[in-house]
Amino acid sequence: MITVNDLTKKYNGISVLNIPDLAIPKGQSFGLVGNNGAGKTTFFSLLLDLIQPSSGEIRTNDILVHKSEDWKPFTSSFIDESFLVGYLTPEEYFYFIGDLRGQNKADVDSLISQFEDFFHGEITGKRKYLRNLSKGNQKKVGIVASLIGNPEVIILDEPFANLDPTTQIRLKQIIKKLANNRNVTVLISSHDLMHVTEVCERIVVLDKGDIVKDLATSEETLKELEHHFTD
Amino acid sequence: MIKRFLVLEWKQFFRSSHWQKSIAINILMVFLAVYFMATFLIMGFAVYNLLTEFHPDSDPFIVFNGFLFYWIIADLLMRFFFQKLPVMSVKPLLTLPIKRERIVHYVLGKSVMSFFNILPLFAIVPFSAILLNNGYDTSVILSWILIIILISLFNNFLNFIVESLSAETELSFLPIVVFSAALFALNYFEIVSFSELISNAVLGMANKPIFILVFSGLLVAVYSFNFKILRRKLYIDNSLKTKSEEAKSSNLEWTKKFGDIAPFMQLDIRLILRNKRSRSSLFIIIIGLLYGLFFYPNPMLLEYPFVFVFVGVFVTGVFLMTFGQFIPAWDGDYYKLLMSQNIKYEKYLKSKFMLMVTSVVVLFVLSTPYVYFGWKILLAHFAAAIYNIGVNSHVILFAGSFNRKKIELDQRAAFNYQGTGAVQWLVGIPLMIVPMLIATLFYFTLGFESAIISISLLGLLGIVFHQKLMRFITGKYQDSKYKMIEAFSQET
Repeated sequence: MITVNDLTKKYNGISVLNIPDLAIPKGQSFGLVGNNGAGKTTFFSLLLDLIQPSSGEIRTNDILVHKSEDWKPFTSSFIDESFLVGYLTPEEYFYFIGDLRGQNKADVDSLISQFEDFFHGEITGKRKYLRNLSKGNQKKVGIVASLIGNPEVIILDEPFANLDPTTQIRLKQIIKKLANNRNVTVLISSHDLMHVTEVCERIVVLDKGDIVKDLATSEETLKELEHHFTD
Repeated sequence: MIKRFLVLEWKQFFRSSHWQKSIAINILMVFLAVYFMATFLIMGFAVYNLLTEFHPDSDPFIVFNGFLFYWIIADLLMRFFFQKLPVMSVKPLLTLPIKRERIVHYVLGKSVMSFFNILPLFAIVPFSAILLNNGYDTSVILSWILIIILISLFNNFLNFIVESLSAETELSFLPIVVFSAALFALNYFEIVSFSELISNAVLGMANKPIFILVFSGLLVAVYSFNFKILRRKLYIDNSLKTKSEEAKSSNLEWTKKFGDIAPFMQLDIRLILRNKRSRSSLFIIIIGLLYGLFFYPNPMLLEYPFVFVFVGVFVTGVFLMTFGQFIPAWDGDYYKLLMSQNIKYEKYLKSKFMLMVTSVVVLFVLSTPYVYFGWKILLAHFAAAIYNIGVNSHVILFAGSFNRKKIELDQRAAFNYQGTGAVQWLVGIPLMIVPMLIATLFYFTLGFESAIISISLLGLLGIVFHQKLMRFITGKYQDSKYKMIEAFSQET
């Protein structure tokens, strides 16, 4: 699904990301971990063509990401709150995203209704603009919006941060369900090793822009990761 | 501590990506400043002779003081529209061991160094020197200078109080304009002679300097009132955080008629209606529509029909200019979303274009009553409307691809009362001047009809080549995509 070739990103000559070769097959749930500055958000921004690579390329479905825009119809993402339109209500935001992804109101409504639990009664029907929601609730809106329109690639940056424990557990269930769908490739970054090992079948560790570990998740993965980050 | 604050602001100014773009604007502002300083200086030197020439029987010093009322009113109005309280990002400072009082004193103190407070000195000092040279009493003149400076400072702080009170509502400028007009009218029709009152008060103080202390008391009062207002705002739940408002949902189904640009039109309409900053651009439309009334009642101007084109471009294009100049900065807050979504840039821009075109058509229809001043005006407005649709709309969209500073829609910045200053209007100047120059040229060589035809033709050309132009503009936006994303993700 996603192939990365000789990808580097440099700022003023200093390399912040350097991935010679990485392939993410279709349907995989892919976890990205690493300390601050490891290059997680840089990688995701490159995937979404929000920044330009210094060299190399990313292909999704054989589409060159920084040349063509044809990857957009099947890719969705939530990186941070700057992906929200503050002056819309959550419903209007969902419909807007739906419009962009060719979904009518009824489609969007039926999708949203599956997440009533996740919203915990704090999102829909509240007569509030997104800018007035708390950080955690904004995040819920952003995550659910990224599921609209049956995307085949879903990119979530730090989805667990800022969420309360109940919501974290529900989010894990949502992501696991997505991961079971072999048509959907999920990419997640996280600082929380426990969560990420629980929902992802493959974990890649970035350190200062380099891939230092590439693990298929198993019983020992969490221990191995903890050991890695203790040193 | 003050030094640290200054260093902070210096860095904020020079390290923002806005800086590179605003060099041109800064240079223009310096030119304007120099121009005003020169004007005031010349006025200061010339006013004594002028007054003795036109009022040979009275004392020029006393006549001059008679004008102080007008100066105070004009000064207050100018300040209200152009002077802003110096902004400082205070939130990061609140948890540091800095006294809140200190921050407020610093912000207020800095405002004393404003250009508006220094400008009068350029006229006052030479005028006083000439007065002294003509044998006026030194102590009187020196206290007079002091009084003028105090009045300036009084206006300075009074203005911030007015701005902070009026920042609550959108129609903020109306009460001020009405109030000043009322004062002016009362004075003009000699119901209450403020000119005389103020003149007497100033002269009284100049002769008995002890009264200056009383006036200084007033100054201290406005300062402390400002201090109280700002001190109260220095809490994150107060002004630094936006108040939660009840959301009004609307479905805007009618936009579906516009086809695939409908989602963007809905977004734009909500953007305009739901944010304070953009809403105020709606109210400027009213002023824009009435703008012709400044010109047309003057029979002398009716002899220069090329002026109609200038007024026409402004009247029919006022929304185009106020809204258009901040494309795509309005969407700066969520630009990354738009760039990663399933969006065609062309449709995004098309929606903005349609919005501007619609506004031009509506404003032209609303401006038809100007036909009262002559059919030529209607004709000129029609040509101007076509020019706005065909030329200015594309120009302003194109200019937007150089936009690197996002609009803070929800006004998080503390002390940011109105957000825009004089700079906002500089963008509009070429949009109005160019068609007027073309019209003038044709008017003096081939006559009125050819001027109108040339302007309309230019507009029609733009409409004919709309698709081509849009493709070119879209390309420009695509080229600067990464730069815009980076610039918009900076906090201002």
